Amino acid sequence: MRVGLFVTCLVDAMRPEIGFAALRLLEEAGCEVDVPLRQTCCGQPAYSSGDRKAARALAEKFVEEFEHFDYVVIPSGSCGGNVKVHYADLFSDDPEWSARMERLAPRVFELTDFLQNVVRIAHLPDGSRPQRVTYHDSCCGLRELGVQAQPRALLDKAGVEIAEMTDSRQCCGFGGTFSIKYGDISAAIVDEKCTNIQATGAGTVVLGDLGCMLNIEGRLRRSGDDKTRVLHIAQVLAGGC
Amino acid sequence: MQVQSMHFKARAGRKLADQRLQQNLKKLSTKFVSGRASAILELDDFEGTRDAAIERRMRAIENLDVWLDIFEREATRRGATVLYAESAEDASRLVVEIAQRHEVKKAIKTKSMVSEEMALNRALEAAGVQAIETDLGEYILQINDNEAPSHIIAPVVHKDKEEISDLFARVHRRPRLTDIPQMTREAREMLRPQFLSADMGITGGNFIIAETGSVALVTNEGNEGMCTILPPKVHVVVTGIEKVLPTLEDFATVMRLLPRSATGQSISNYVSLLSGPKREGDVDGPEHMYVVLVDAGRTGLLGSEFQDMLRCIRCGACMNHCPVYQKIGGHSYGWVYPGPMGSVLTPSYVGVENALDLPQASTLCGECHVVCPVKIPLPDLLRKLREKQVERRLRPVPERLGLAAWAFLARRPALYRLATQIAVRGLRLWAGGRTTIARLPLARGWSDYRDMPAPSGRTFHEMYRQRQRK
Repeated sequence: MRVGLFVTCLVDAMRPEIGFAALRLLEEAGCEVDVPLRQTCCGQPAYSSGDRKAARALAEKFVEEFEHFDYVVIPSGSCGGNVKVHYADLFSDDPEWSARMERLAPRVFELTDFLQNVVRIAHLPDGSRPQRVTYHDSCCGLRELGVQAQPRALLDKAGVEIAEMTDSRQCCGFGGTFSIKYGDISAAIVDEKCTNIQATGAGTVVLGDLGCMLNIEGRLRRSGDDKTRVLHIAQVLAGGC
Repeated sequence: MQVQSMHFKARAGRKLADQRLQQNLKKLSTKFVSGRASAILELDDFEGTRDAAIERRMRAIENLDVWLDIFEREATRRGATVLYAESAEDASRLVVEIAQRHEVKKAIKTKSMVSEEMALNRALEAAGVQAIETDLGEYILQINDNEAPSHIIAPVVHKDKEEISDLFARVHRRPRLTDIPQMTREAREMLRPQFLSADMGITGGNFIIAETGSVALVTNEGNEGMCTILPPKVHVVVTGIEKVLPTLEDFATVMRLLPRSATGQSISNYVSLLSGPKREGDVDGPEHMYVVLVDAGRTGLLGSEFQDMLRCIRCGACMNHCPVYQKIGGHSYGWVYPGPMGSVLTPSYVGVENALDLPQASTLCGECHVVCPVKIPLPDLLRKLREKQVERRLRPVPERLGLAAWAFLARRPALYRLATQIAVRGLRLWAGGRTTIARLPLARGWSDYRDMPAPSGRTFHEMYRQRQRK
């Protein structure tokens, strides 16, 4: 089974260790993993900003680079949602590209969805990991891809206890460029998320998207919380964090 | 209503700093969000009901002219007069003319967002007709210097009981009350003489039913009956043309969703179907009934990529569940309709260029789409409005340049690698050994409120390539 790993632009730049954690998990599950070297960004910033032309160009680039794999795995719900759900809209006026996308879309998976439901990973790598965490459901993973039970089942498999927070499915206020354009509104939203995280007493919040991760961690640190750890689900599942 | 949406940012900032408002807005999640969550469980097949409602609403929208014709024929047959208004101003003018024709001095009103679009109270006042709001929430706003509603079904959700106690004591010139039943009794005492002395009742219309020519009103306070049946000789309905439903069966389907999605009620306290004025032998009812059907931008959405918006049943679930609305309240949006549905409707009705912030001020979290009883793809529509802004070059220059530069690089992998390697090293240096960055001069919107976790200094791709070489 040949798997193409799309590490995402934010993991590439900000948290390379998440990319390696994803790689380790996929290999542990018995996949033959390739990381295409020309990959950059899925184009979501352009698509969400209303720049259809740029979004379309990057969508074509993605399809060309990944369509020959058996599966494509992405350690992010929002990039996954952009590819699996929204590319179809970008190609809607072009039957040829639409057909290519139609063949690719069913083979694109968010990392935890793939590990739990496709390869059904039996054993997670050994390594240190927090014993008790709370889990934040990132918007696109949850609402566009149905990622909710998968990360929880995998955490359970890894022996990690989940202390559910209030409103775990409520948005963290990131929203891409929203967090910069409307920093004050975004901060008010993430404050509530931080309070809910802290109230669990778990000491670690786990999530599946870099955007939420930077937003939540950034706000926790700014408000003086240097203790609460913010980890990507791949890091916790791969161990050694 | 005058459009104030261009002041969104400043208004939202003030609302965020208003601690009392922040406290009051918490009612949304405790009351409406949890109310809806339990109410929808009562339906055996919520999803099936939603699909049926969508189908029925779209059947009406797709042949809107036909169903409006049938409505007009049936309503006319039952003695009502059906009038069409192309613009909100036309609609106001028609209502003023009706008032003048019947020598109306005083009109009593139920809650109607379409009448807010029309700025109807002001038009009536200018024509010498006193207009009195009788929905408790709208009454509170009217006596508070004609304040605008901040929510489409809970117009005073931004106020708490204490504020209303103060307002009542000041305006009613009576001892300050704090017990809610006593306060509503006092409002009732104030309104009762108005009901009894009014010459005209003005209501909205939640739906109009084509097959019977009826107007459907969904309310909780009973004021609607007083406005339509009790004293006035004239009843005027103002509502949007998109509110038509072909049959009573359609209405029954939609009503399974509306109160549950709106207030978490299985059914509202009152549901009225008004079919024409008083007929011979009737004991009550108005002598004259007019239905003013307002376009005001709606036909512009027909057949467009925004057509789905027309099936909205005005429950307010999208705003109740919106993380942005929950923090800034309805007034920030600057026109009649707030929240996600308002962020689609406002630019559509008053012009994309007059409400640039509204489609942008959303995290696109998707919860509005999840809770919408008729599954309007609100995030997709907001995104399409962003596309319109880009097409019309309405975005600020720095944003356009930034996006263009980023897109240029993202299409050129070798260049992109180089740029990201430089950028992460730059940020690493900027962080100066700390794990977070406190100041980002090019992204102040971020760093004014949050730290930026510092990158590790090397990209995944360079590390991966190095590993491959070993």
